[in-house]
Parts: sequence; structure tokens; C-alpha cells
Amino acid sequence: MATTEKFVLNMGPQHPSTHGVLQVQVELDGENIVGAKPVMGYLHRGIEKLMESRTYQQCVPFTDRLDYVSSMNNNLGFCMAVEKLAGIEVPERAQYIRTICCELNRIASHHVFIGSLTNDLGSATGMIYAFRDREKILDLFNIICGARMTCHYIRIGGVIADAQDEFLQKTEEFINYVPEMLDEYDRLFTGNEIFQKRMQGTSIISKEDALRFGMSGPNIRASGWDYDIRKIDKYGIYGKLDFDIPVGKTGDNWDRYIIRLQEIVESAKIIRQCLDNMPEGPFMAKVPKMLKPPKGDAYHRVENTRGELGFYIVSDGTNKPYRVHIRRPSFINLQALDHMCKGMVLADAVTAFATIDPLMGEVDC
Amino acid sequence: MHNGILYLAGQSLKELMLPIIGSELIVNLIMTLICIGILFMLVAVSALVFTLGERKVCAWIQVRIGPNRVGPWGLLQSTADMLKLLTKEDIIPHGVDRWMWVLSPILIFIPAAMVYALYPFDDGVIFADVNIGLFLLIAISSQSVLPFLMGGYASNSKYAMLGGMRTVAQMLSYEVPMVIALMGIVMITGSLKMSAIVEAQSNIWFIFLQPIAFLIFMVTCLVESNRPPFNMVEGESEIIAGPFTEYTGMRWALFFLAEFANLLSIGILTATLFLGGWQGPDFLPGQLWFWIKAFLMVLIYQWIGWTFPRTRMDTILSFGWKVLLPLALVNLLLTGFGIYIFKWLL
Repeated sequence: MATTEKFVLNMGPQHPSTHGVLQVQVELDGENIVGAKPVMGYLHRGIEKLMESRTYQQCVPFTDRLDYVSSMNNNLGFCMAVEKLAGIEVPERAQYIRTICCELNRIASHHVFIGSLTNDLGSATGMIYAFRDREKILDLFNIICGARMTCHYIRIGGVIADAQDEFLQKTEEFINYVPEMLDEYDRLFTGNEIFQKRMQGTSIISKEDALRFGMSGPNIRASGWDYDIRKIDKYGIYGKLDFDIPVGKTGDNWDRYIIRLQEIVESAKIIRQCLDNMPEGPFMAKVPKMLKPPKGDAYHRVENTRGELGFYIVSDGTNKPYRVHIRRPSFINLQALDHMCKGMVLADAVTAFATIDPLMGEVDC
Repeated sequence: MHNGILYLAGQSLKELMLPIIGSELIVNLIMTLICIGILFMLVAVSALVFTLGERKVCAWIQVRIGPNRVGPWGLLQSTADMLKLLTKEDIIPHGVDRWMWVLSPILIFIPAAMVYALYPFDDGVIFADVNIGLFLLIAISSQSVLPFLMGGYASNSKYAMLGGMRTVAQMLSYEVPMVIALMGIVMITGSLKMSAIVEAQSNIWFIFLQPIAFLIFMVTCLVESNRPPFNMVEGESEIIAGPFTEYTGMRWALFFLAEFANLLSIGILTATLFLGGWQGPDFLPGQLWFWIKAFLMVLIYQWIGWTFPRTRMDTILSFGWKVLLPLALVNLLLTGFGIYIFKWLL
């Protein structure tokens, strides 16, 4: 009499498609997944603790290393929290430049999403195309701040350098290229039958479940929940801008992918408005070299590419934060992994990893 | 009387040797050994060419340049790769089933090389023109399932085991529609002999007479040789490298040698069975026509492979059994009617 038994497959931390050092213990019944348990901590650097022994200005580069493919957004989150704490008013031009950089970074981050997703689905060609286009944005960052990934460009009180004409002009060129770029993606994989078949109807998260898991960002919007901090809090200049929040219906892998494609379009729209209305003026507020915010605490959240990124900072009146806590969207989104993988086959597990889009630098912090 | 260049060269070599050696038996023996040598060289050279060629084609499709550091245009890349693999440490992991593990890469190479004996490269240039040619070819190539399973089982690794199981499932399932699709050709030709199949296409290629069979054959070829989008065996994003996960150095290279031999094999096979083999207009010799067609098919297979994402295991199996098999059966039926009507018209 032949018997079968379940077995545990350790995917990662050394595995081609775990996006860094995520380890997932997948319980398998043949090729069917019974459960998936993410194991984290391989990239833990203790950033929250490290920040306690640095001055506020010195803390900003650490945020680059959180979600290292969208460092501008992380810079923004931390800087805005400190500005809230210290009551610093940011010049308008700086806010426009910040918004342009953040939205460019959002597009670049979605390129990584598309690239890693297509690579996980076995089409390395898709990855190369997405990364080719991401390169254009990294070159833009290179022009504006000399760094490509860990930018450290947005500082407390504004930005470190003014946006040159070259940057603005090339950004416009890139924005004009976006529709052509998305067209190419559509021809290469969005319209591909195998691609659609593997994405549609797999790893569905319902609206209620997404709320239950505390998900945020494109993942919850794909499930049909209109939740975007840019619209809710209207921080920075987002209140003045005209853009839509793409919302999905079913919350399957396909929706999570399409939402991101649409977000690229919306981001391009935002950047174009910022370029058109860019005011003149200073790009940095007067911030003391030794910044000592008054005693108290502040929480500020921004819409990171992966969801709601929040910084909670407690100040004891010295030049170093007393305590920093980071609400990392990737970490919280990852909770849904088990729910997404259950009942799917092994090949769907990698699709689920890819569409949650966790970034281990942020998960482990 | 055949007039292939290689055939004539072989004949004249034979005539040259006969007066020197004297015995026809020994001359035939020497000629056989030479042929075997040439076939093995062909397989080895195909691996050398495809190590670079695959990467160059892939690079063109992926808007990259590809290897260009070793030698002009990266021509020495294959040599560099081989040298690297040869100098690697030979690691045999703990807990492997040693004999099976060592044998698997060797055994996988045998069917991949053996099928070359049955390909008609030119008019009269075929190593073994047996009267059950096509049957033998499929029988030999289906032997490559076992070494995959052996490697997967013997590796004592879960990824390898999953990969091995997948191979068996997909290869066995797709042999059925493949054979039934090829039955159409056999019915028209009236013979299983490879040379007869090529000669039957002197007026019209089978791609025009059997378009459905051609499409089915292309898909099954991709599955049988584990090319993307059906490379479930490796499925590098899920099961890393399937049965090859635990292999290093030359052992791993043997798997790849077999893979490249198979790639050329499916190119040759498609060209032979559907594109008229070595037949073509007279301004080029048959040998050249043969290689042009074979490499064109290889290019198409690579193009497909580097464009599409990988399919899922269950989709592959249900597609094979529920779509391709009925389609192949319908094709068989239509061919039967076609032949009947054709004969009635005559």
C-alpha cells in the first residue's frame, strides 16, 4: 500500500526568487501548498536602534537602506516626521522637487516589481526590459544627486541641491517615453496568454482579508480598497495635484500587477504637473546644524511604493532621537503570504512572493 | 544513385582505401568508425556553438550585447566556459545514491547523441537508414526520461526530486500527441524510413500538407527537450535547477551538452520531417539547405523560448491531454480522409 506524506520545502534564503534573503518554509503535498511560513531576520541591521545614537541629520542615510529600491520615499517619510517634530516649514520649490523625485522613484520601484515578477514567471527577457527602463530613472537620480539607489537627496528642511535644468529636461523626456514603454510591456507580457493564465485568479485576497492583514499600498488597492495616504493625508503638495488612485476588483495576482502599471501612468501625470508648475525660490529651509527638536513625539506616514510607511519619532530635547519606530509596509504585507499560497501549487508561490513585492531591507529593517 | 556531397566524398574515400587495405570488410569497418567519430564531433561542436549561440541570441532578444570579452565577438566564450567547468572541484554531496548519481549525466547523453545516427543529413548521407527509422528515433529519445528521474531521485534533494517527477510527467504525456501527430506523415509517406520521408517531400513539404501536425510537433518538441516556455524541469524560479541542482563542474556540463544536442536535434527533426530535409532548389547543395533549415528552426525555438514566460505544470499537462491529443487525433482522421479522397480523384 503506497502512502503519501506532506513535506516541508525550505525556499530560501538562498533561492533565486525570494527577493533577497527571505526564507519561506513551504509545506507541500506533492506540488500543492498546504502552508507557507515566512522566516525573517537575515538582513536585520537594527536600524531603529542605530538611529538612537545618531543625530537627526545622520539618521537620514539609514532610511535609504530600508527599502533600497525606493530610497527617495523613505527619505521623505523620515524628513517629514522630523520636520513635524521640529516645526520646520519646507520651501515650496523643495516640495515640488521632492514630489518629482518620489514619483520617479515610485516608477523605478514598480520597474523592479515588473522585472522580478516576470523573472519569477520564467521570462528573463521581461526583467531585462524593465531594468533597462529603470536605468533611465537611476541616471536621472545620478544627475540630481550623484547617487543612483541610496540617494540621500531629500534632507530635513528641503533637498540638498537644486534641480538643474538638465534634470528637469531629461525628466520630461522620460515622462514622454512612458506611454511607449508601457506599450512595449503590454506587447511583451501583459498581453501574453501564458502570463495572464498564471496571474488571473491566483492568490486572491478579498477586501476583508486585506484589511484583516493590515495590508497597504498597491496590494490593498488591488483588493478594491481605495486607500492611498497621498489622497487621505494630502501631505506635501499632493493636495494641489490632480491624479487618480487605481483600484482593482478581485485582488488576484493579475490585479496587483495591473494596479502597478496604472500607478506608473498616474505617477507620470503627477510629475508632469510638478514640472509645469515648478516655482522658483529656495530649495532648503533654514535648519540649524545641530537640530534639537523640542521634547515630544511625532508620527508621520507617507505612501511608499509598497504601502503605508510611517515614522514614529520620540524626542527628549537632545540632538539625537530618543526612539524611532518604523512602520514598514513590506513587513506587514508579508503576513498575507500564507493566506495567498494556501491551495495553490508551488509555481504560484513564487508569483505570490513577487506580487506582494516584499523588500527584505524593509522587512528586516 | 545518391548525389549528396558527403556521400560522394565517402564513396571516393572508400575507393581510395580499398586497393591499399584490400579487404572490403575492414574498409567498411573503418568507414563506420569514421562516421561515428563525425557524429560525435557534430554533437560536441553543436554544444560549443550553442554555448555561445544561445547566449548571443538571448542577448539580441533582450536588448543586450552578450558575451564579448573572450576573443573577438566572444568567440572563445565556449572554450573559457569549458575550461572553467573542467577545473572545478568535483563535489559529490553527502547522502546521494552514488552510483545512480554518477551515472545519470552519462546516461542522459547517450540517447541525445544516439538519435543523430538516424538523421538524413544529405542525399544518401545517413548513418543507419533502417526501415523503422522514425519509430526507433522516438523510442531512443524517450529513453532520456529515465536519467532525469535517476538524477532527481539520487540527489537526495527535494528540489531535484520535484524536478525529476515533473520531467517524467511532462515527457511521458507529450510523447503521446507527438507520436500521433507524426502518424499523419507516416500515412502519407507509407514508410517509417527517414530517407523515404524526406524523398516524399520532393514535390511539396509536409508543413503544407500537415500544418496541424507541424504545430503540435513544435509544441511537443519544446516540451520533450525541456526548452522554455516548458522548461519545468529546471523552472529556476521555483525549483532552482531541478534534477541538476546538486551537480557541479563537468557533471553539470554533461547535462548541458545533452540539452544543446537536443536543441540541435529538434531543429534537425523539424526540418527533416516538415521542411523537406536536404531538398531545395539546385543552386545550393543539399547539405547546405539542410543546415540552413535546421538552424532556422533552432533560431525559432530559441526565439519562442526567450520571449514567453514559463507555463505552470498542471497547465502543461492538461493542455497536452485535453487539447493536443484530441487535435492530433482529429489530424489523423483528416489525413486518412484526405488520402482516401486523393486516391479516389486519381
